[in-house]
Amino acid sequence: MRFMMIVKATTDSEAGVLPSQEQFDAMQKYNEELVRAGVLLAADGLMSSSNGIRISYPEPGGKPKIMDGPFTEAKELIAGYTLIEVKSREEAIEWALRMPDPHGFGQGEIELRQVFEIEELTNNDELLEKETALRKQVKEQRKA
Amino acid sequence: MSLSDTHRTIDAIWRIESAKLIAGLTRIVRDIGLAEDLAHDALVIALEQWSQFGIPNNPGAWLMTTAKRRAIDLIRRNKLRDQKYTEMARNTDLYTEDDIDHTLDGEIGDDLLRLIFMTSHPVLPQEGRVALTIRLLCGLTTDEIARSFLAAEATIAQRIVRAKKTLRDKNIPFEVPSGEELKDRLSAVLEVIYLMFNEGYSATSGDQWIRPLICQEALRLGRVLAEIVPYEPEVHGLVALMEIQSSRFKTRVNSKGEPVLLMDQKRAEWDQLLIRRGLTALDRSQKLGQPFGPYSLQAAISACQAKAPTAAETDWIRIAALYEALSRVLPSPIVELNRAVAVSMAFGPAFGLQIVDKLGAESSLKGYHLLPSVRGDLLVKLGRVEEARKEFEHAASMTRNERERELLLKRAAECNSTH
Repeated sequence: MRFMMIVKATTDSEAGVLPSQEQFDAMQKYNEELVRAGVLLAADGLMSSSNGIRISYPEPGGKPKIMDGPFTEAKELIAGYTLIEVKSREEAIEWALRMPDPHGFGQGEIELRQVFEIEELTNNDELLEKETALRKQVKEQRKA
Repeated sequence: MSLSDTHRTIDAIWRIESAKLIAGLTRIVRDIGLAEDLAHDALVIALEQWSQFGIPNNPGAWLMTTAKRRAIDLIRRNKLRDQKYTEMARNTDLYTEDDIDHTLDGEIGDDLLRLIFMTSHPVLPQEGRVALTIRLLCGLTTDEIARSFLAAEATIAQRIVRAKKTLRDKNIPFEVPSGEELKDRLSAVLEVIYLMFNEGYSATSGDQWIRPLICQEALRLGRVLAEIVPYEPEVHGLVALMEIQSSRFKTRVNSKGEPVLLMDQKRAEWDQLLIRRGLTALDRSQKLGQPFGPYSLQAAISACQAKAPTAAETDWIRIAALYEALSRVLPSPIVELNRAVAVSMAFGPAFGLQIVDKLGAESSLKGYHLLPSVRGDLLVKLGRVEEARKEFEHAASMTRNERERELLLKRAAECNSTH
């Protein structure tokens, strides 16, 4: 299963203040650890929202509204993401806990979100039934 | 944190740390089975202590320190061979948390490599190699492995026990082979990883959840290996092949569980992230500047498919050329059959049929349903439907896969209607 570790924006990241060398090194070391464990799929840092564009649909069925950044409320914005592939929710949490504090001055926040996979979208009864039958079969083989 | 939460967290930590732990311990005690036992002992202690006092800041270092203490106790108690004492004397400094961070970079990678060379040692039977590698390097339970292979748990457990015993009896060293041997042994390692991957990928029957898991584990192990031996082009080739094949994981069967041919898959549903990762890995292989080996060639073929926006836009001429190169480094009737398909797509069915007909006499393909199936397909394209029907029926009688049989009989029936 895939999880996205979303690093929330801070007043610093929004102001375009780059992380300290120390923070940068710690983050790089962490990313290397993810690569060496074979779980990292993708990771990127985002420019501040002053560079962003927001498209909204205030009228149902109406035309989109385009708004240039910056956007307010740093906590609701994101500053980067790391996509990992793991075996369990707990493993994702464990990796997220090992990520260095992304801010270091009290505003660091990481949000973990699971990625939808096709099976979850199309999980139909027929497949589930088959799986149950197979499990039964395996169990019987084991007894044999 | 509740007790069951703690247990699940410890499971996750075990998954992240176990291979490194077992590798590091094998370096000390030189016995895979003993190393695994020590690592498990440390896990049992962790379960007791962490449930009570909480999880330490660096759980990996904690487990390693605890396991090392057990190793030292054990060696002192059992008064093992002098040589091991000397080894221990050099290693008695217990890690502090800083040390393990430091050690992680170089030595752990080396230890993991030595471990995988051991678990995929040619002295072991193939199924023993695969089971032991999954067990020790991927940290899957015997139950999970058994479900992946649709085998009884006891069978898998026995394979693992036997493999460990063989390694011990034959005194297989914990080392990275050198010179000519390195090449052969590395291809044995890659073979184990690819066998794992194929076990999950190619079977159309099996546990819906666990099969992707074994593919994912193979891919993960491949990625780990690519970081430890980045100078080996075939490691990147294998990773590229697995990444690209994984990108089609969800489109290769339809919602009814029937196999969908590559040409008929919904390309929009291919995982573009995995394709990109695969192309990057293939690029790493190429940049090492050696002629492509079998995995890189297969990855390059897969890459051709992945890069084509529609099936019709596939560069079949390039694929036919790559198959020809593959049949030189890895001569096999199956590769030749695939080449026939590529040649027919690139230059017309008559040219493909020439290759297939030469294969007809190949004894190793007797009973291989894809030979008549491919031949039938080419005959249909040439308008020789009556011959085609016989081939499809012949193929249907050979396959053991129910879905495939239905598909082949359907094609045979179609021949009748166009006749």
